[in-house]
Amino acid sequence: MKVRFTVNDKPVSAEVEPRTTLSLCLRDHLRLTGTHVGCEHGVCGACTVIIDGEAVRSCLTLAVQVEGRSITTVEGLAHGEDLSPLQASFRRHNALQCGFCTPGMLTTAHALLTEEPHADEARVREVLSGNLCRCTGYIPIVHAVLDARVAYGGPAWTGEAHAHHGDGEQR
Amino acid sequence: MKPPKFDYASPDSLAEALELLARGQGEARPLAGGQSLMPVLAFRLAAPALLVDLRQVPGLDRIDIGPDGVRLGARVRWRDIERDARLCTAAPLLAEAIGHVAHYQIRNRGTVGGSLAHADPAAELPGIAVASDALVEVASVRGQRTIAAGDFFLGALSTALEPDELITALVLPPWPARRHAAFEELSRRRGDFAMAGVAVGFELDGNARATGTRIAAIGAADRPLRLRTAESALDGRTVDARAIAEAAAAASAEVDPADDLHASAAYRRNLVGVLVERAIARACPPPFNRREAA
Ligand SMILES: Cc1cc2nc3c(=O)[nH]c(=O)nc-3n(C[C@H](O)[C@H](O)[C@H](O)COP(=O)(O)OP(=O)(O)OC[C@H]3O[C@@H](n4cnc5c(N)ncnc54)[C@H](O)[C@@H]3O)c2cc1C
Ligand code: FES
Ligand code: FES
Repeated sequence: MKVRFTVNDKPVSAEVEPRTTLSLCLRDHLRLTGTHVGCEHGVCGACTVIIDGEAVRSCLTLAVQVEGRSITTVEGLAHGEDLSPLQASFRRHNALQCGFCTPGMLTTAHALLTEEPHADEARVREVLSGNLCRCTGYIPIVHAVLDARVAYGGPAWTGEAHAHHGDGEQR
Repeated sequence: MKPPKFDYASPDSLAEALELLARGQGEARPLAGGQSLMPVLAFRLAAPALLVDLRQVPGLDRIDIGPDGVRLGARVRWRDIERDARLCTAAPLLAEAIGHVAHYQIRNRGTVGGSLAHADPAAELPGIAVASDALVEVASVRGQRTIAAGDFFLGALSTALEPDELITALVLPPWPARRHAAFEELSRRRGDFAMAGVAVGFELDGNARATGTRIAAIGAADRPLRLRTAESALDGRTVDARAIAEAAAAASAEVDPADDLHASAAYRRNLVGVLVERAIARACPPPFNRREAA
């Protein structure tokens, strides 16, 4: 079946089987491999993309279901070569190690802060509970998201002093 | 972890969706949010010939609140329930319990109809439906019928739905102004399926005696259960520490949990009692909710 939709503001089309998941369509058909696939049954969150403003698991969505919709993947967050404020905050806080979970963390947090720039720490933790990270222990990720809120019109983060190392360039 | 092959249809009317299910002769399955069906397909636990996507079927995504209660269309998502402020007063037990369902991204897709039809024994909505004496509205090419929630769930992942039937709505009866209620569950992580959960509701007369008591449990048997002996242990009595303890003990004795990798049956049995105790105590309005006052 032919499916047409928009990815990161670009119209695309792909010839897929009905059973082709959106994650597979993005990665294998459209070669957008920023979207990671961990479990392929909805538990890890690595495959999260944004459909018309809402974060969803692309491994639990069929490509044919997104006909006509607008999708943002992790590739759509940066402005050219410049990291988005959220991505820059992840870098500043060392919120990634191996990076496998990062695309899902970024897309989830981007959808959250776009809708709820004032999300407090409890809300950020609740929302990120659907994304597994085997490396960081989550704390730097939570801090990075809280610190990025200001770029979305939310509050400045006064947060934990030890999370910052002055110049923002670490190691 | 790739789904097996199937055909796909996305009808734009209810009539066409029902026609496709009827013609499928048991080989066609509705697809709503996909948050349970897609994992089932990925594990190859089912191999339907046709998926009938409900996304374009009009009218299934409405939440109507009226004299008959709250009517949740089958395609209403957890996200929609969470964001409808009217439900905090029109269906407070629902609003509270749905806060425990799944994670952010899943809540953006998972639906009322999908949860009822999937019938996971630990799912929150089926428990609320049973606790509230809700009605499941169902349609097929053969006509419409209404199934009481108590008759709808037959076992784990098993319901009274015929293969050609579609859930169109869940109707929760009007919420009595004086009903007190609470939902309690324990899960390993917020958003994970509950190890067990309990919904409690009752009204209080002038002497703090419980009437119209309802107690239901999820994750404590192969389907959501009304705990009738626990209900009668509390109903008609002053809600004090002794009545609460007796209702909790009755609840533990009444459930029939299974061992699984998250918890043993004995643990779950005990947990149900603890949750019943917490839920009743929290449901009580002040000053009755002060334990020492009991
Ligand atoms: C990681 C994870 C955690 C989760 N945690 C929870 C949790 O804590 N609590 C909880 O309750 N759920 C949980 N879920 C399940 C989630 O809430 C599902 O979305 C929901 O149970 C099914 O809804 P759906 O719309 O996605 O249905 P689908 O997956 O589309 O369908 C599920 C089943 O229902 C059938 N169906 C769908 N719509 C209809 C209809 N209108 N009429 C007849 N049959 C229909 C389908 O054919 C299929 O058999 C979790 C899911 C995941 C992946
Ligand atoms: S790959 Fe989609 S949730 Fe794990
Ligand atoms: S950085 Fe390795 S899984 Fe999160």
